[in-house]
Amino acid sequence: MGQSLKAQGRPLASAAEQLRILSAPNGFPPFERTMAEANLFPLHATGITVLQINVGKLCNQTCAHCHVDAGPDRKEIMSRETAELCIRALAQTDIPVVDITGGAPELNPNFRWLVEQARALGRHVIDRCNLTVLLLPSQADLAEFLARHEVEVIASLPYFRAAQTDAQRGPGVFDKSIEALRKLNALGYGKEGTGLLLNLVYNPVGAFLPPKQEAIEKQFQRELERQFGVVFNRLYTITNMPISRFLEFLLASGNYEGYMQRLANAFNPAAAAGVMCRYTLSVGWDGTLYDCDFNQMLELPLSHGAPQHIRDFDAARLHTRRIVTANHCYGCTAGAGSSCAGATTKT
Amino acid sequence: METYYHPQDLSKFAEMGKGNPELWEKFLAYYNAVFAEGALTEREKALIALAVAHAVQCPYCIDAYTQACLQQGSNIEEMTEAVHVACAIRGGAALVHGVQMRNVAQKLSM
Repeated sequence: MGQSLKAQGRPLASAAEQLRILSAPNGFPPFERTMAEANLFPLHATGITVLQINVGKLCNQTCAHCHVDAGPDRKEIMSRETAELCIRALAQTDIPVVDITGGAPELNPNFRWLVEQARALGRHVIDRCNLTVLLLPSQADLAEFLARHEVEVIASLPYFRAAQTDAQRGPGVFDKSIEALRKLNALGYGKEGTGLLLNLVYNPVGAFLPPKQEAIEKQFQRELERQFGVVFNRLYTITNMPISRFLEFLLASGNYEGYMQRLANAFNPAAAAGVMCRYTLSVGWDGTLYDCDFNQMLELPLSHGAPQHIRDFDAARLHTRRIVTANHCYGCTAGAGSSCAGATTKT
Repeated sequence: METYYHPQDLSKFAEMGKGNPELWEKFLAYYNAVFAEGALTEREKALIALAVAHAVQCPYCIDAYTQACLQQGSNIEEMTEAVHVACAIRGGAALVHGVQMRNVAQKLSM
Protein backbone atom coordinates (compact mmCIF):
# COMPACT_ATOMS: atom_id res chain seq x y z
CA MET A 1 0.00 0.00 0.00
CA GLY A 2 1.28 3.45 -0.91
CA GLN A 3 2.17 6.24 1.48
CA SER A 4 0.52 9.62 1.81
CA LEU A 5 2.16 12.64 0.17
CA LYS A 6 2.93 13.82 3.68
CA ALA A 7 4.77 10.61 4.60
CA GLN A 8 6.72 10.81 1.34
CA GLY A 9 7.69 14.41 2.07
CA ARG A 10 6.24 15.53 -1.28
CA PRO A 11 5.88 19.30 -1.88
CA LEU A 12 2.15 18.90 -2.60
CA ALA A 13 1.60 17.69 0.97
CA SER A 14 1.62 21.42 1.69
CA ALA A 15 -1.69 23.24 1.17
CA ALA A 16 0.24 26.44 0.46
CA GLU A 17 2.10 24.76 -2.40
CA GLN A 18 -1.18 23.48 -3.87
CA LEU A 19 -2.68 26.96 -3.68
CA ARG A 20 0.43 28.45 -5.28
CA ILE A 21 0.07 26.14 -8.29
CA LEU A 22 -3.70 26.65 -8.53
CA SER A 23 -3.46 30.43 -8.37
CA ALA A 24 -0.80 30.76 -11.11
CA PRO A 25 -2.15 31.88 -14.51
CA ASN A 26 -2.39 28.81 -16.71
CA GLY A 27 -4.78 29.32 -19.60
CA PHE A 28 -7.98 29.73 -17.55
CA PRO A 29 -9.55 32.81 -15.96
CA PRO A 30 -9.52 33.22 -12.17
CA PHE A 31 -12.58 31.55 -10.63
CA GLU A 32 -13.68 34.72 -8.91
CA ARG A 33 -13.78 36.62 -12.23
CA THR A 34 -15.87 33.86 -13.81
CA MET A 35 -18.24 33.98 -10.84
CA ALA A 36 -18.48 37.76 -11.08
CA GLU A 37 -19.42 37.47 -14.77
CA ALA A 38 -22.22 35.11 -13.71
CA ASN A 39 -23.30 37.61 -11.01
CA LEU A 40 -22.39 35.10 -8.32
CA PHE A 41 -19.51 36.87 -6.63
CA PRO A 42 -19.18 37.14 -3.73
CA LEU A 43 -20.95 33.87 -2.99
CA HIS A 44 -22.95 33.59 0.23
CA ALA A 45 -24.39 30.67 2.18
CA THR A 46 -28.15 30.17 2.07
CA GLY A 47 -28.40 28.28 5.38
CA ILE A 48 -27.06 25.03 6.80
CA THR A 49 -28.82 21.77 5.99
CA VAL A 50 -25.73 19.55 6.20
CA LEU A 51 -23.20 19.41 9.02
CA GLN A 52 -20.27 17.58 7.48
CA ILE A 53 -17.86 16.31 10.10
CA ASN A 54 -14.46 15.12 8.93
CA VAL A 55 -13.26 12.96 11.80
CA GLY A 56 -9.73 12.61 10.47
CA LYS A 57 -7.24 11.54 7.85
CA LEU A 58 -6.67 7.98 9.07
CA CYS A 59 -7.67 5.44 6.42
CA ASN A 60 -6.98 1.80 5.58
CA GLN A 61 -6.50 2.74 1.90
CA THR A 62 -4.26 5.17 0.02
CA CYS A 63 -6.31 6.02 -3.08
CA ALA A 64 -4.51 7.70 -5.96
CA HIS A 65 -7.03 10.54 -6.24
CA CYS A 66 -7.64 11.23 -2.53
CA HIS A 67 -8.20 14.92 -1.85
CA VAL A 68 -7.55 14.35 1.86
CA ASP A 69 -4.13 12.68 1.38
CA ALA A 70 -5.50 10.12 3.79
CA GLY A 71 -3.88 6.79 4.62
CA PRO A 72 -2.74 4.41 7.35
CA ASP A 73 0.19 6.72 8.11
CA ARG A 74 -2.04 9.72 8.90
CA LYS A 75 -2.74 10.07 12.60
CA GLU A 76 -4.77 13.30 12.70
CA ILE A 77 -8.18 12.28 14.09
CA MET A 78 -10.97 14.07 15.91
CA SER A 79 -10.87 13.82 19.71
CA ARG A 80 -13.89 13.03 21.89
CA GLU A 81 -13.80 16.60 23.17
CA THR A 82 -14.16 18.03 19.64
CA ALA A 83 -16.81 15.44 18.77
CA GLU A 84 -18.75 16.61 21.83
CA LEU A 85 -18.52 20.20 20.61
CA CYS A 86 -19.99 19.07 17.26
CA ILE A 87 -22.93 17.41 19.01
CA ARG A 88 -23.42 20.43 21.26
CA ALA A 89 -23.58 22.69 18.19
CA LEU A 90 -25.93 20.28 16.42
CA ALA A 91 -28.29 20.22 19.41
CA GLN A 92 -28.62 24.03 19.20
CA THR A 93 -29.94 23.78 15.63
CA ASP A 94 -32.39 21.91 13.48
CA ILE A 95 -29.73 20.95 10.88
CA PRO A 96 -31.33 17.79 9.49
CA VAL A 97 -28.30 15.94 8.07
CA VAL A 98 -25.00 14.91 9.66
CA ASP A 99 -22.49 13.72 7.07
CA ILE A 100 -19.51 11.91 8.61
CA THR A 101 -16.40 11.60 6.48
CA GLY A 102 -12.63 11.07 6.70
CA GLY A 103 -10.28 9.23 5.90
CA ALA A 104 -12.17 6.13 6.84
CA PRO A 105 -14.37 7.76 9.49
CA GLU A 106 -15.26 4.43 11.08
CA LEU A 107 -11.64 4.02 12.25
CA ASN A 108 -12.02 6.98 14.60
CA PRO A 109 -12.84 5.51 18.07
CA ASN A 110 -15.48 8.26 18.49
CA PHE A 111 -17.32 7.44 15.25
CA ARG A 112 -19.99 5.23 16.81
CA TRP A 113 -20.56 7.68 19.65
CA LEU A 114 -21.08 10.49 17.13
CA VAL A 115 -23.57 8.37 15.18
CA GLU A 116 -25.51 7.45 18.31
CA GLN A 117 -25.65 11.04 19.54
CA ALA A 118 -26.74 12.47 16.18
CA ARG A 119 -29.40 9.78 15.80
CA ALA A 120 -30.61 10.42 19.35
CA LEU A 121 -31.14 14.04 18.27
CA GLY A 122 -33.29 12.71 15.44
CA ARG A 123 -30.90 13.67 12.63
CA HIS A 124 -30.30 11.77 9.41
CA VAL A 125 -26.74 10.40 9.49
CA ILE A 126 -24.52 9.63 6.50
CA ASP A 127 -21.38 7.50 6.66
CA ARG A 128 -18.95 8.10 3.77
CA CYS A 129 -17.58 4.60 3.61
CA ASN A 130 -14.73 3.16 1.55
CA LEU A 131 -16.38 -0.31 1.75
CA THR A 132 -13.17 -2.26 2.52
CA VAL A 133 -13.27 -0.98 6.10
CA LEU A 134 -16.33 -3.20 6.60
CA LEU A 135 -14.10 -6.26 6.15
CA LEU A 136 -11.46 -5.33 8.71
CA PRO A 137 -11.44 -7.76 11.67
CA SER A 138 -11.73 -4.79 14.06
CA GLN A 139 -14.92 -3.68 12.25
CA ALA A 140 -16.65 -7.06 12.03
CA ASP A 141 -19.87 -5.65 13.55
CA LEU A 142 -19.76 -2.30 11.72
CA ALA A 143 -22.30 -3.12 9.02
CA GLU A 144 -24.80 -4.29 11.65
CA PHE A 145 -24.15 -1.15 13.70
CA LEU A 146 -24.86 1.07 10.68
CA ALA A 147 -28.05 -0.83 9.86
CA ARG A 148 -29.26 -0.75 13.46
CA HIS A 149 -28.93 3.04 13.51
CA GLU A 150 -30.37 3.44 10.00
CA VAL A 151 -27.25 5.23 8.82
CA GLU A 152 -27.18 6.07 5.11
CA VAL A 153 -24.07 4.60 3.54
CA ILE A 154 -22.43 6.53 0.72
CA ALA A 155 -19.75 4.27 -0.65
CA SER A 156 -16.97 4.91 -3.12
CA LEU A 157 -16.91 2.68 -6.18
CA PRO A 158 -15.41 4.44 -9.20
CA TYR A 159 -16.28 1.73 -11.72
CA PHE A 160 -18.01 -1.61 -12.08
CA ARG A 161 -14.81 -3.35 -13.16
CA ALA A 162 -11.72 -4.32 -11.18
CA ALA A 163 -9.06 -2.76 -13.47
CA GLN A 164 -10.36 0.79 -13.20
CA THR A 165 -11.34 0.57 -9.53
CA ASP A 166 -8.02 -0.94 -8.46
CA ALA A 167 -6.07 1.63 -10.53
CA GLN A 168 -7.64 4.38 -8.41
CA ARG A 169 -8.10 2.70 -5.05
CA GLY A 170 -5.40 0.02 -4.83
CA PRO A 171 -4.85 -3.62 -5.82
CA GLY A 172 -7.63 -5.96 -4.71
CA VAL A 173 -9.96 -3.15 -3.59
CA PHE A 174 -12.63 -3.94 -6.18
CA ASP A 175 -13.12 -7.56 -5.06
CA LYS A 176 -13.26 -6.48 -1.41
CA SER A 177 -15.71 -3.70 -2.28
CA ILE A 178 -18.04 -6.21 -3.92
CA GLU A 179 -17.81 -8.45 -0.86
CA ALA A 180 -18.67 -5.48 1.37
CA LEU A 181 -21.58 -4.46 -0.87
CA ARG A 182 -22.96 -8.00 -0.66
CA LYS A 183 -22.68 -7.80 3.13
CA LEU A 184 -24.66 -4.53 3.11
CA ASN A 185 -27.25 -5.96 0.70
CA ALA A 186 -27.69 -8.97 3.00
CA LEU A 187 -28.67 -6.56 5.78
CA GLY A 188 -31.22 -4.89 3.52
CA TYR A 189 -29.08 -1.98 2.36
CA GLY A 190 -29.95 -0.80 -1.16
CA LYS A 191 -33.22 -2.73 -1.18
CA GLU A 192 -36.62 -1.15 -1.54
CA GLY A 193 -38.79 -0.91 1.54
CA THR A 194 -35.99 -1.39 4.09
CA GLY A 195 -35.25 2.31 4.59
CA LEU A 196 -31.55 1.44 4.50
CA LEU A 197 -29.97 3.69 1.87
CA LEU A 198 -26.90 2.56 0.00
CA ASN A 199 -25.65 5.13 -2.48
CA LEU A 200 -22.50 4.79 -4.55
CA VAL A 201 -20.01 7.42 -5.66
CA TYR A 202 -18.47 7.47 -9.13
CA ASN A 203 -15.23 9.41 -9.58
CA PRO A 204 -13.62 9.47 -13.04
CA VAL A 205 -10.52 7.26 -13.10
CA GLY A 206 -8.44 9.91 -14.84
CA ALA A 207 -8.31 13.49 -16.08
CA PHE A 208 -11.79 13.74 -17.49
CA LEU A 209 -15.22 14.86 -16.30
CA PRO A 210 -17.93 12.48 -15.09
CA PRO A 211 -20.75 11.32 -17.39
CA LYS A 212 -24.37 12.26 -16.91
CA GLN A 213 -25.37 10.87 -13.55
CA GLU A 214 -28.56 9.17 -14.73
CA ALA A 215 -26.78 7.47 -17.64
CA ILE A 216 -23.88 6.03 -15.64
CA GLU A 217 -26.25 5.07 -12.81
CA LYS A 218 -28.18 2.83 -15.20
CA GLN A 219 -24.91 1.28 -16.40
CA PHE A 220 -23.79 0.61 -12.83
CA GLN A 221 -27.17 -0.85 -11.86
CA ARG A 222 -27.19 -3.17 -14.85
CA GLU A 223 -23.56 -4.32 -14.52
CA LEU A 224 -23.40 -4.71 -10.74
CA GLU A 225 -26.62 -6.70 -10.65
CA ARG A 226 -25.76 -8.82 -13.69
CA GLN A 227 -22.17 -9.58 -12.75
CA PHE A 228 -22.32 -9.63 -8.96
CA GLY A 229 -25.96 -9.60 -7.84
CA VAL A 230 -25.32 -6.27 -6.06
CA VAL A 231 -28.03 -3.61 -5.76
CA PHE A 232 -27.93 -0.01 -4.57
CA ASN A 233 -30.20 3.04 -4.46
CA ARG A 234 -28.50 5.94 -6.25
CA LEU A 235 -25.19 6.65 -7.91
CA TYR A 236 -23.60 10.05 -7.36
CA THR A 237 -21.11 11.41 -9.87
CA ILE A 238 -18.38 13.51 -8.30
CA THR A 239 -15.78 15.45 -10.27
CA ASN A 240 -12.19 14.95 -9.16
CA MET A 241 -10.99 18.09 -7.45
CA PRO A 242 -7.59 19.34 -8.68
CA ILE A 243 -5.99 19.22 -5.24
CA SER A 244 -3.75 16.93 -3.20
CA ARG A 245 -3.07 13.50 -4.78
CA PHE A 246 -5.21 14.12 -7.84
CA LEU A 247 -3.26 17.34 -8.43
CA GLU A 248 -0.06 15.30 -8.08
CA PHE A 249 -1.38 12.91 -10.75
CA LEU A 250 -2.40 15.80 -13.05
CA LEU A 251 1.03 17.39 -12.84
CA ALA A 252 3.00 14.14 -13.17
CA SER A 253 0.96 13.01 -16.19
CA GLY A 254 1.07 16.38 -17.98
CA ASN A 255 -2.70 16.76 -17.67
CA TYR A 256 -2.92 19.72 -15.29
CA GLU A 257 -3.32 22.53 -17.79
CA GLY A 258 -5.77 20.61 -20.00
CA TYR A 259 -7.85 19.49 -17.01
CA MET A 260 -8.13 22.97 -15.55
CA GLN A 261 -9.09 24.38 -18.93
CA ARG A 262 -11.69 21.63 -19.33
CA LEU A 263 -13.18 22.48 -15.92
CA ALA A 264 -13.17 26.23 -16.67
CA ASN A 265 -14.64 25.76 -20.17
CA ALA A 266 -17.42 23.65 -18.66
CA PHE A 267 -18.32 26.32 -16.07
CA ASN A 268 -22.07 26.17 -15.57
CA PRO A 269 -23.71 29.15 -13.81
CA ALA A 270 -26.64 26.97 -12.68
CA ALA A 271 -24.22 24.53 -11.06
CA ALA A 272 -22.32 27.44 -9.50
CA ALA A 273 -25.52 28.81 -7.98
CA GLY A 274 -26.26 25.42 -6.39
CA VAL A 275 -22.85 24.51 -4.98
CA MET A 276 -22.91 22.51 -1.75
CA CYS A 277 -20.92 25.03 0.29
CA ARG A 278 -24.02 27.25 0.30
CA TYR A 279 -25.89 24.78 2.50
CA THR A 280 -23.05 22.81 4.16
CA LEU A 281 -20.88 23.54 7.16
CA SER A 282 -17.68 21.49 7.25
CA VAL A 283 -15.86 20.71 10.50
CA GLY A 284 -12.23 19.59 10.48
CA TRP A 285 -10.72 16.95 12.77
CA ASP A 286 -9.44 19.70 15.08
CA GLY A 287 -12.77 21.57 15.15
CA THR A 288 -11.86 24.25 12.60
CA LEU A 289 -14.79 25.33 10.42
CA TYR A 290 -14.74 25.40 6.63
CA ASP A 291 -17.16 25.91 3.74
CA CYS A 292 -16.44 22.43 2.37
CA ASP A 293 -14.14 19.43 2.72
CA PHE A 294 -11.98 20.67 -0.19
CA ASN A 295 -11.36 24.04 1.45
CA GLN A 296 -10.57 22.06 4.58
CA MET A 297 -7.77 20.17 2.82
CA LEU A 298 -6.44 23.43 1.35
CA GLU A 299 -6.49 24.91 4.86
CA LEU A 300 -8.86 27.69 3.83
CA PRO A 301 -11.04 28.12 6.95
CA LEU A 302 -14.15 30.28 7.15
CA SER A 303 -13.31 33.93 6.76
CA HIS A 304 -15.01 37.29 6.28
CA GLY A 305 -15.90 37.53 9.97
CA ALA A 306 -17.49 34.09 10.42
CA PRO A 307 -16.61 31.97 13.49
CA GLN A 308 -13.66 29.69 12.78
CA HIS A 309 -14.04 26.92 15.35
CA ILE A 310 -16.92 24.64 16.33
CA ARG A 311 -16.63 25.86 19.94
CA ASP A 312 -17.70 29.30 18.65
CA PHE A 313 -20.64 27.90 16.63
CA ASP A 314 -23.17 30.64 15.98
CA ALA A 315 -25.94 29.60 13.60
CA ALA A 316 -27.09 33.12 12.83
CA ARG A 317 -23.62 34.27 11.75
CA LEU A 318 -22.97 31.09 9.80
CA HIS A 319 -26.21 30.90 7.84
CA THR A 320 -25.43 33.82 5.58
CA ARG A 321 -21.64 33.77 5.74
CA ARG A 322 -19.57 34.69 2.73
CA ILE A 323 -18.02 31.59 1.11
CA VAL A 324 -14.26 31.33 0.61
CA THR A 325 -13.51 30.48 -3.04
CA ALA A 326 -10.41 29.89 -5.18
CA ASN A 327 -9.57 28.26 -8.51
CA HIS A 328 -10.12 24.69 -7.26
CA CYS A 329 -13.83 25.61 -7.02
CA TYR A 330 -14.08 25.08 -10.80
CA GLY A 331 -14.29 21.38 -9.83
CA CYS A 332 -17.79 21.88 -8.38
CA THR A 333 -19.13 24.18 -11.11
CA ALA A 334 -18.22 22.20 -14.24
CA GLY A 335 -20.85 20.52 -16.40
CA ALA A 336 -23.76 19.21 -14.37
CA GLY A 337 -22.02 20.39 -11.20
CA SER A 338 -20.51 18.27 -8.46
CA SER A 339 -21.19 17.93 -4.77
CA CYS A 340 -21.00 15.32 -2.03
CA ALA A 341 -24.50 14.33 -3.22
CA GLY A 342 -23.47 14.12 -6.87
CA ALA A 343 -24.54 16.31 -9.77
CA THR A 344 -26.27 19.54 -8.79
CA THR A 345 -28.14 20.14 -12.07
CA LYS A 346 -29.68 18.05 -14.81
CA THR A 347 -28.01 18.45 -18.22
CA MET B 1 9.20 19.12 -35.93
CA GLU B 2 6.95 20.91 -38.42
CA THR B 3 3.71 19.05 -39.01
CA TYR B 4 0.31 19.68 -40.54
CA TYR B 5 -1.44 18.52 -37.35
CA HIS B 6 -1.23 20.42 -34.06
CA PRO B 7 -3.21 19.22 -30.98
CA GLN B 8 -4.02 22.81 -30.01
CA ASP B 9 -5.81 23.27 -33.34
CA LEU B 10 -8.69 21.11 -32.10
CA SER B 11 -9.86 23.96 -29.87
CA LYS B 12 -9.80 26.29 -32.91
CA PHE B 13 -12.44 24.26 -34.74
CA ALA B 14 -15.04 27.00 -34.19
CA GLU B 15 -12.89 29.38 -36.26
CA MET B 16 -14.33 27.58 -39.29
CA GLY B 17 -17.46 29.61 -38.58
CA LYS B 18 -15.69 32.85 -39.49
CA GLY B 19 -15.73 32.15 -43.23
CA ASN B 20 -19.44 31.37 -43.33
CA PRO B 21 -21.29 31.72 -40.00
CA GLU B 22 -24.60 30.54 -41.44
CA LEU B 23 -23.26 27.22 -42.69
CA TRP B 24 -21.28 26.76 -39.48
CA GLU B 25 -24.39 27.28 -37.35
CA LYS B 26 -26.33 24.80 -39.47
CA PHE B 27 -23.54 22.26 -39.20
CA LEU B 28 -23.31 22.75 -35.44
CA ALA B 29 -27.06 22.41 -34.92
CA TYR B 30 -27.05 19.20 -36.96
CA TYR B 31 -23.93 17.89 -35.19
CA ASN B 32 -25.38 18.51 -31.73
CA ALA B 33 -28.69 16.91 -32.71
CA VAL B 34 -26.88 13.84 -34.02
CA PHE B 35 -25.01 13.33 -30.75
CA ALA B 36 -27.98 13.98 -28.46
CA GLU B 37 -29.63 11.05 -26.69
CA GLY B 38 -32.07 9.35 -29.06
CA ALA B 39 -32.72 5.74 -30.01
CA LEU B 40 -29.01 5.34 -29.21
CA THR B 41 -27.48 6.65 -25.99
CA GLU B 42 -24.84 9.38 -26.01
CA ARG B 43 -22.36 6.77 -24.82
CA GLU B 44 -23.13 4.46 -27.74
CA LYS B 45 -22.86 7.34 -30.20
CA ALA B 46 -19.47 8.34 -28.80
CA LEU B 47 -18.23 4.76 -29.33
CA ILE B 48 -19.47 4.83 -32.95
CA ALA B 49 -17.75 8.20 -33.43
CA LEU B 50 -14.53 6.77 -32.01
CA ALA B 51 -14.65 3.89 -34.49
CA VAL B 52 -15.38 6.23 -37.41
CA ALA B 53 -12.58 8.56 -36.25
CA HIS B 54 -10.17 5.65 -36.67
CA ALA B 55 -11.65 4.64 -40.02
CA VAL B 56 -11.19 8.17 -41.38
CA GLN B 57 -7.93 8.46 -39.41
CA CYS B 58 -8.63 11.94 -38.09
CA PRO B 59 -6.27 12.68 -35.16
CA TYR B 60 -8.49 15.49 -33.90
CA CYS B 61 -11.52 13.18 -33.83
CA ILE B 62 -9.54 10.39 -32.15
CA ASP B 63 -8.41 12.84 -29.44
CA ALA B 64 -11.90 14.30 -28.98
CA TYR B 65 -13.79 11.00 -28.96
CA THR B 66 -11.31 9.18 -26.74
CA GLN B 67 -12.04 11.89 -24.19
CA ALA B 68 -15.77 11.74 -24.94
CA CYS B 69 -15.91 7.96 -24.53
CA LEU B 70 -14.12 8.07 -21.17
CA GLN B 71 -16.34 10.94 -20.07
CA GLN B 72 -19.44 8.96 -21.05
CA GLY B 73 -18.33 6.09 -18.82
CA SER B 74 -16.92 3.73 -21.43
CA ASN B 75 -13.85 1.68 -20.62
CA ILE B 76 -10.71 0.87 -22.56
CA GLU B 77 -11.95 -2.63 -23.42
CA GLU B 78 -15.11 -1.24 -25.07
CA MET B 79 -13.12 1.46 -26.86
CA THR B 80 -10.60 -1.10 -28.15
CA GLU B 81 -13.42 -3.25 -29.49
CA ALA B 82 -14.86 -0.19 -31.27
CA VAL B 83 -11.48 0.38 -32.96
CA HIS B 84 -11.42 -3.28 -33.99
CA VAL B 85 -14.83 -2.82 -35.60
CA ALA B 86 -13.37 0.05 -37.65
CA CYS B 87 -10.35 -2.10 -38.48
CA ALA B 88 -12.49 -5.07 -39.52
CA ILE B 89 -14.66 -2.92 -41.79
CA ARG B 90 -11.66 -1.19 -43.35
CA GLY B 91 -9.84 -4.50 -43.76
CA GLY B 92 -12.97 -6.20 -45.03
CA ALA B 93 -13.58 -3.35 -47.46
CA ALA B 94 -10.12 -3.85 -48.91
CA LEU B 95 -10.56 -7.61 -49.09
CA VAL B 96 -14.01 -7.56 -50.66
CA HIS B 97 -12.56 -5.48 -53.52
CA GLY B 98 -10.51 -8.57 -54.24
CA VAL B 99 -13.65 -9.82 -55.93
CA GLN B 100 -13.17 -7.04 -58.50
CA MET B 101 -9.59 -8.13 -58.88
CA ARG B 102 -10.74 -11.67 -59.45
CA ASN B 103 -13.39 -10.56 -61.95
CA VAL B 104 -10.86 -8.57 -63.97
CA ALA B 105 -8.26 -11.29 -63.81
CA GLN B 106 -10.82 -13.89 -64.84
CA LYS B 107 -11.91 -11.79 -67.81
CA LEU B 108 -8.35 -11.26 -68.99
CA SER B 109 -7.13 -14.74 -68.44
CA MET B 110 -7.44 -17.81 -70.64
